[in-house]
Amino acid sequence: MHKKMAFSFPDEVLEHVFSFIQSDKDRNAVSMVCKSWYEIERWCRRKVFVGNCYAVSPRMVIRRFPEFRSIELKGKPHFADFNLVPDGWGGYVSPWIEEMAGAYPWLEEIRLKRMVVTDESLELIAKSFKNFKVLVLSSCEGFSTDGLAAIAASCKNLKELDLRDCEVDDLSAHWLSHFPETYTSLVSLNISCLGSDEVSFSALERLVGRCTNLKTLRLNRAVPLDKIANILRHAPQLVEFGTGTYTADVRPDVYSDLAGVFSSCKELKSLSGFWDVAPDYLPAIYPVCSKLTSLNLSYATIQSPDLIKLVSHCPNLQRLLVLDYIEDSGLEVLASSCKDLQELRVFPSDPYGAEPNVSLTEQGLVAVSLGCPKLQSVLYFCRRMSNEALVTIARNRPNFTRFRLCIIEPKTADYLTLEPLDVGFGAIVQYCKDLKRLSLSGLLTDRVFEYIGTYAKKLEMLSVAFAGDSDLGLHHVLSGCESLRKLEIRDCPFGDKALLANAAKLETMRSLWMSSCAVSFAACKLLGQKMPRLNVEVIDERGPPDSRPENCPVDKLYIYRSIAGPRFDMPPFVWTMDEDSGLRL
Amino acid sequence: TCSYPAESELELGLGLSLGGTTGKTKPATATSSWGECGRILTAKDFPSVVSHRTKNGGPSVSVSGTKRAAESVSHEGGSPTGVSGSSQVVGWPPIRAYRMNSLVNQAKSQRADEGDSGIGEKDKPKDALKKKLNYNGNKISSTTTTVNEKGHLGFVKVNMDGIPIGRKVDLNAHSCYQSLAQALEDMFLRSTNSVGAEKEQLTKASKLLDGSSEFVLTYEDKEGDWMLVGDVPWRMFVSSVRRLRIMRTSEANGLGIHKKSMANHSCFSFSVSESCYSFVAAPRFHDSNERQRSKPI
Repeated sequence: MHKKMAFSFPDEVLEHVFSFIQSDKDRNAVSMVCKSWYEIERWCRRKVFVGNCYAVSPRMVIRRFPEFRSIELKGKPHFADFNLVPDGWGGYVSPWIEEMAGAYPWLEEIRLKRMVVTDESLELIAKSFKNFKVLVLSSCEGFSTDGLAAIAASCKNLKELDLRDCEVDDLSAHWLSHFPETYTSLVSLNISCLGSDEVSFSALERLVGRCTNLKTLRLNRAVPLDKIANILRHAPQLVEFGTGTYTADVRPDVYSDLAGVFSSCKELKSLSGFWDVAPDYLPAIYPVCSKLTSLNLSYATIQSPDLIKLVSHCPNLQRLLVLDYIEDSGLEVLASSCKDLQELRVFPSDPYGAEPNVSLTEQGLVAVSLGCPKLQSVLYFCRRMSNEALVTIARNRPNFTRFRLCIIEPKTADYLTLEPLDVGFGAIVQYCKDLKRLSLSGLLTDRVFEYIGTYAKKLEMLSVAFAGDSDLGLHHVLSGCESLRKLEIRDCPFGDKALLANAAKLETMRSLWMSSCAVSFAACKLLGQKMPRLNVEVIDERGPPDSRPENCPVDKLYIYRSIAGPRFDMPPFVWTMDEDSGLRL
Repeated sequence: TCSYPAESELELGLGLSLGGTTGKTKPATATSSWGECGRILTAKDFPSVVSHRTKNGGPSVSVSGTKRAAESVSHEGGSPTGVSGSSQVVGWPPIRAYRMNSLVNQAKSQRADEGDSGIGEKDKPKDALKKKLNYNGNKISSTTTTVNEKGHLGFVKVNMDGIPIGRKVDLNAHSCYQSLAQALEDMFLRSTNSVGAEKEQLTKASKLLDGSSEFVLTYEDKEGDWMLVGDVPWRMFVSSVRRLRIMRTSEANGLGIHKKSMANHSCFSFSVSESCYSFVAAPRFHDSNERQRSKPI
């Protein structure tokens, strides 16, 4: 009877049911129910997500999921964003593209994050996938406008080309002209990362003009203000728009032209860009402000009064990125004007200055936490903090899911009591029961990790810098945080003991990064030996770790689970510890 | 508070707000008495919030005056990398490289804009009102950029007496003294951080901006001397200013204007129409023919 149940539905029915299950997590859960469900699910999975491109090999993925249409891959560790991962570490997408080019002519979507992408790979994509629709490259590097030209020329069904935060080699401004005149299917184009001269304005205008389904257009800084009006005239249906440089000679005709054209964009919900803002031109966007849900002013070096005026016009704002010029006073206005705010990011305008250049303190964050009931995601750079403020924030806003606080000077104590900020962050993890992501800063002892291990049961990603006193800190986290997937640590006095005592935990996580800590080479070797399903990579630009005593701490350590075994594309300064109890060079 | 050596040697005069007292000038050469006075009013004398780097690690930045205590208590031994301040730590603060580059490029392009405009004795009223188009930050060659010591091109610090937190104002965003004064008014008056005594300060200041002279705007120039703002043509001021201070009039009395040199030098060279400032500068000199010989730039 029990066995019969499993076969009571024909495969097609189960497939149909599974087609409603889109999330990766759920799909994985479905595949674990029983063997037949595993089989059915794998044939009908259309979207594959690989959080660490080295956790599995391309061939394994293709073997298991013979009919996927969309793949998302992530490469380098997150700290690569801050130059902690040396160039050449890895994250190459070519093996993936090569495998898929052969096996998957019907692939439609490729999304990559922190990977190295070459022009050859882009050319291969352009050649191999006839129905290719979506290319999203996030924080990638290694390619030039030549590769983009190939995509433009060949991908007749391309809908989305998004190059957010990439480093692109500027070889020719004319790659956009490679989109044929017959090509009209573009829905989303993000070229905001391109440097000067990497776009031809006339080609851009023509492209925008003929792609009537265009919904998202994010321009790069090189596009001057007086060109925006023409472009927007061709695309009044835009939902998301990113300007180029937002400054020009103050001319009434340019201004009224711009204001007029913004008024005609009735669908606009998201604005970004705003490099070099001339405040006189800001009111041109007021007509669209009441509908805006997302506003990225993180490049706009305008002062608090202008920011306040702007923000007061946007009552429906859900997402705001801004520089600390907004100051506490501006955040108070935000708190009273924008009751739908869900995400706030405040970046520092002068991160290396010794003294505060603006009046932005913990008070701004307190104000927003009090005034914005839907606020759940925060990234906040500031120069001072107190336990009292953090406790207030936690009490005000227990619905935080992402809380990233960066107090600019490392090891800054509570400015009121001069104590560590353990209690404050402890309150955050205690009150915010759904917290998924946390970044710590300021003066912190092992105690904060005890709080985190005790309370942060839903925490998936933790970033730690210049904190803690001993291995006990790391032990609290590894032993207590049940949902932990990614842990990244720099400049903390964590050594061998906690790591070795919690080795099994590491297999339940995606990855662990530790740099400038106190983990010895011997411990790394031991871990590599004992844990075959972990890749233990030692990254050390000083030279081979075995040229130093075994108890010497390694410079950088990256541990991740993998069923693909150690990789072979490592540069000379990366060593994988494995079962051979030696180095694989 | 300042102490003024050899006070008797100094001619004290004010040219503060409209209807202010006797005129003033600044001497072309840095005579010793002027220099002395300039030395008195240096940054050391101001209640600023400088955070000094210690050898073995960055102390916490405390804005409310408990800096000393913080320095000794907060630091718990050298960090593993032996850093001395956040600016020397790789990857800290955690800001993406493209974001940092963008901030630097914006500052550079603003400065290059300023450099291109040819600051000097030439009268350029047109340029004073025009904002230059400069979007191509990447193209500016470093030879045309002039950078102040912090690389904050165009931004200068402003401190107001009685308010511990200083601000920064972007001089490149203004084309005349009036606009600058307006911005400073916005900055220091509209701040909701002020509590108690500070609020009182600020209301006093607003009266100032109506014309009464509770406060005066001064600046430190490249030679380290403190001057009253409004002496010189705007462009010249922008190229020589290092920092600003909104000073209590009572303290500005000791600013020291050397009357001896008045005979040889006239006061300012720009015409009355350009003197569109509300609470600074010396309106007494209407002789636009005489050129002011200022310090070499």
